[in-house]
This record gives sequence, structure tokens and C-alpha cells, in this order.
Amino acid sequence: MLGRQAIAAVVALATAAAGALTPARAAPEPAVIRISAKKFEYTPAKIVLKKGVPVVLELTAIDRIHGFKMPALGIRSDVLPDQTVRVPLTPDKPGTFVFACDVFCGDGHEDMDGTIVVEE
Amino acid sequence: MMKSDLDRRDFLKLAGCGGVVFAAGLASPAYLAAAGRDFHFVQMTDTHWGFAGAPNPEARTTLPRAVAAVNALGRQPEFIMFTGDLTHTTDDPKERRRRMAEFKDIVKELRVKELRFIPGEHDASLDAGEAFKEFFGRTYYTFDHAGIHFIALDNVSDPGAKIGRAQLDWLAADLAQQSKDQPIIVLAHRPLFDLYPDWDWATADGAAALDLLMPYRHVTVFYGHIHQEHHHTTGHIAHHAATSLIFPQPAPGSQPKRTPPVAWNPAAPFKGLGFRDIANGPAPDQPAIREVPLA
Ligand SMILES: [Cu+2]
Repeated sequence: MLGRQAIAAVVALATAAAGALTPARAAPEPAVIRISAKKFEYTPAKIVLKKGVPVVLELTAIDRIHGFKMPALGIRSDVLPDQTVRVPLTPDKPGTFVFACDVFCGDGHEDMDGTIVVEE
Repeated sequence: MMKSDLDRRDFLKLAGCGGVVFAAGLASPAYLAAAGRDFHFVQMTDTHWGFAGAPNPEARTTLPRAVAAVNALGRQPEFIMFTGDLTHTTDDPKERRRRMAEFKDIVKELRVKELRFIPGEHDASLDAGEAFKEFFGRTYYTFDHAGIHFIALDNVSDPGAKIGRAQLDWLAADLAQQSKDQPIIVLAHRPLFDLYPDWDWATADGAAALDLLMPYRHVTVFYGHIHQEHHHTTGHIAHHAATSLIFPQPAPGSQPKRTPPVAWNPAAPFKGLGFRDIANGPAPDQPAIREVPLA
């Protein structure tokens, strides 16, 4: 049978080990980039990211349903009022990529787009 | 033996007792019967009635001009197919109906009285096709003409550019009635294939429709939406986009974004606008296509 002291020692050891491993195992929280959509624009409409650095896009609509379609980076989502859609993204190639609304929203829908610039 | 007066019932009878003479890939007799009589129809698309802006300062006269040009054709088409964006969109349901009523008044002047319509997103995406149906009837349907089975699809009443499960099931049921040799012409507003997804020149579930059509040997698709002539094949299925009757759009990928459209050129007004004449060609899946420019 283990005495009280022995248990304490085991717990301390485990805690120390976990503490030592934490920095290596868990990545830092990815940066959150909020994008809001309303007729007929996204804010912000230009986003600069670093290649290989993960982020989370948080998409929200203000006035009505819109879409967010960016085939080059494999993203397609509805964007709904009063809801936040979280889209994790780790850009794997540099370049300038267009995203556009793909839920027809009126006279100006075709102008509703933006760009993500991925830097090396 | 393949005489022009051979009808479908005779064909089935003959096929039943000596079908080997009909090699795979041959057209159905109904088509061959029709092929002798110089059949043609006209596709008009993307008239955007109600549009006002710099890309077409002649927006009020373009549709009447197109109607006059079709009326001037020496050989009148047997019918005219409008493939969507009849009107330019508006948030106001009353104004939408006013535009549809005006559009109808203008196209009434066509000498050809057999007119068929499908919606574009400008007509139907903001009210799920409600106003369109009031003025023009169903948004998707089939008809048979001159031995060809026509399938008019609606890929715009859903604002997310989906054909949708119900319509796909309907399409599958319709196709199940057709022989694999039946010449089929599909009409749609948006491209059924991924033409240029960055600009959303696609149909979200277009691939599902093409999968259903793929077993049929003679399928041709005519569509609009991209405001320019474009030809592409997916497998053995040919897709042909026609020029618009309002303003041309840039070639896919030729500029960073899908807007602005091609600027109006005062030195060459109406350039890049026109309609299309489609006649039966040498083979059931090779219709003879003639682009007719307005300028
Ligand atoms: Cu939108």
C-alpha cells in the first residue's frame, strides 16, 4: 500500500512531466480573423496571412445570408446572420486568392468579393 | 431500311426481331426522321431587362433591337428559348413584376410565337422563383421537338445555385424513360460544370446532373450566365454558352475579379452582344451552331 507521501510524490512527478511536455505538444492558439458580410461587401476585404501559420476565420453576416467561396484554398461556407462560422485555415501556398459571395444577394452580388494574400 | 418515315414504334418492332443492324451510337429514328427537314431554334439569353448603367447605355433599346434581328431572319426558327436573366434583379417585388411584364410585352413582338423560358438568378434567386412562375410558368420542364428530347433545368431558384434533390430525382425519372441513343438537349442558365469556380461560374450540384446525363450518348447543353461564347466538353457532353443581350463579361481568369464587365465601346456599340441559332447538324450530338451578333 502506498502512503500519503508516496501518492503526493507520484502526483508531483506526473505534473512535472506534463508541464515539461506542454510547450512541445500543444501549438499556440491560432489567431482569429473576424470577417463580416453585408450587401455587398466583406469587412475586411483584404487579409494578409503567412504561409504555414494556422488561423481561424470567423464569418458572420450582418443583414442576410451570404456565401464565402474560395476554391483556391478549399473553402466554401454559408455566412448567416447572428451566427459565427469558424473555418480553420493553414495556407499552404503563397499567392493572392479571391473569395466571393456565392449566395445570390441582389444587385451588387457580383461585386461582393475579397482577397487573401498569403506571404512566404 | 432507315427511311425517314420510320417511326419509333416501327423501330422498336424492328429492333425486337433484328436489332443487331442498329449499331450502338446510331441516332434514334425519330431524330433521323426529323433531320431531313432543316429544323432550327434560337437561343436568347441574359437580356437583363431593367438594367441601367455604363456597361450598356442602350439597355432600353437592346432587347427591342434583338427582337427585330430575330424577326429579320430569313428562315424563322421553330421556337425561341430564353435561358435566364430575362430581367435584372431588384429587391422590390413590385418592380420585379413590372420588369417581367415589360419584358413579356417586348418579346410578344417576335414573329415566332412559340417561346420558352427558364429563369436566371436575377429573375428567381431572391424569391425562389415566385414572380417568374407567375409570368412564365414552371422553372424546369421537358418537351420534345423534332425528335429531340429537351430538358430545361433550373439551377437558380435556390440562391446557392443548386439544382436540388427534388429536381435531380425528377431528372433521373425523366431520363429513365429515354433510350440511351435519344438525342437530348439540356437548357440551363448557369454552367453545369466548374467553368471558373473562383468567380462562382459553376452549379453547386451540377456534377450530379452530369452524372445522370453521362450514360446518354447524344447530349448537348446550351446555357448563358457568363455573357460570352464558350465551348467546353465534359466526357462526351458538349456545353455551349451564348453571348448576352446586355453586356459582355470578361473571359474567365482574364482579370482578377468577375467585375467589372467589359466596358461599352461607343465606337462599336452592341459589340459582343447577340443571340444564337441552333440547327440540326450532321449528327445528333453535333447541332449546327451559328452565333448571330447584334453589332
Ligand atoms: Cu452576398
